[in-house]
Amino acid sequence: MRLEVDIRSKSYTSANGKRQEVISGIEFALQRGEVGVVVGPSGCGKSTMLRILAGLDPDYQGRVSQPAGARLAMVFQEPRLLPWRSVEENIRLAAPDVAEDRLAAIFGVLELGAHRTHFPGELSLGLARRVALARAFAVEPDFLILDEPLASLDDALAARLREEIATLVASRPMITLLVTHSMDDAVRLGDRIFLLSSRPARLLHAVTIDVPRAQRSNADVAALKADLARLDFSVS
Amino acid sequence: MLRLLSFALLLATWWVAATVAGSTKLPPPSAVLAVTVAEAKSGALFLHLGATLARVALAFTLSMTIGSALGYWMGRSRLANRLGDPWLILLLNLPALVVIVLAYIWAGLTEVAAIAAIAINKLPTAVVTLREGARALDPSLDEMAKVFAFPRGRILRHVLLPQLAPYIAAAARSGLSLVWKIVLVAELLGRPNGIGFEIGVAFQLFDIPLLLAYSLSFAAVVLVIEAVIVQPFEQRASRWRLRAA
Repeated sequence: MRLEVDIRSKSYTSANGKRQEVISGIEFALQRGEVGVVVGPSGCGKSTMLRILAGLDPDYQGRVSQPAGARLAMVFQEPRLLPWRSVEENIRLAAPDVAEDRLAAIFGVLELGAHRTHFPGELSLGLARRVALARAFAVEPDFLILDEPLASLDDALAARLREEIATLVASRPMITLLVTHSMDDAVRLGDRIFLLSSRPARLLHAVTIDVPRAQRSNADVAALKADLARLDFSVS
Repeated sequence: MLRLLSFALLLATWWVAATVAGSTKLPPPSAVLAVTVAEAKSGALFLHLGATLARVALAFTLSMTIGSALGYWMGRSRLANRLGDPWLILLLNLPALVVIVLAYIWAGLTEVAAIAAIAINKLPTAVVTLREGARALDPSLDEMAKVFAFPRGRILRHVLLPQLAPYIAAAARSGLSLVWKIVLVAELLGRPNGIGFEIGVAFQLFDIPLLLAYSLSFAAVVLVIEAVIVQPFEQRASRWRLRAA
């Protein structure tokens, strides 16, 4: 089971009629069980790349080979819940086959148990984000895409959610691709880190982290971040 | 309570006006009530009401179904919108009377012609409203449904219909009030029963109590249907909004 990505070029016509290139060469592969983290300056085309990988945008040059019959789940930048369905209904609609004990476990990890019957409009952004995460994990995906799931949350909550994502990712073997602009998230969650250039996005470096995720100490994290920072600035 | 008071005031005004104008032009409420009871006892009132309601139900269902489907399609597809738009503008501006008369000429004085004419009159407003609804659909939820591989039925029921519900309710409400008005004209011109036919008879005989008896019974039925069916549907459709507020 393997995800192979080779996007040679992606451009679109903007409102003023100009052709704009968003991606000019991203190539990488991910194995089952690996967490790939894509890091790049904001607005560089990360979300465009994710939309291509999720099959939402077929208009690009290149090739993306997904494992056949792979079940896809995605956590969008916004929670994208159905406002007219309760939290539990939102999850069950995406994952109709989810077992009650599995759902209860996910609700437990994400501390959503008290909110099952609430409507999304009654939740804070942090809670709605967690529901979106719960929905993605309830699907039991083979391929999980996370688009800045921790953005615009306060540090304490982001750190907790990051732990929860790590727990859930470790709970089943799947291909995970996370987009973030936080180096901290990248080195704490990733097995492989892909650094993108500013727009049009190009793959600058692919870094593999050898220390298993669970064993990374704060010192490791700091060292890795320092390494990445050197890489990042050495290429302009 | 305030509603009852307002209704009582209406009756009182009517009574006073009837005394002033004389009972030949405007009969008092008691006279109209007596005629209504007599018509109800003979069964004629229910026969005509039933015939009218059946026509309303059929024409309404027909035009809502076709109109919603067309409107949705035109809101989602630019090609469909370009093709359908001239037809829509034509139908929107065609007077109801023209449609009814032409339908009776082409299809004869038949039930099919009457119902088709009523449905065609209501159709364009349903199309226009649902087209707006389809244009306002949230593309981010479409993408969510696609990523999580929602089957068509689930998308329709849980993603599309809740977003379209306010538009469907608006189309139903404005459409129903349109159908109530047009059905009487269609009956007056070419049907041997129904409230519209009976009003035509009362008009020819200058029988004002009979005319008022049928008109008011009809109005009462319309009010009941609005209160029992249309309003609860609207409230149910926006339940999540109320709770979220």
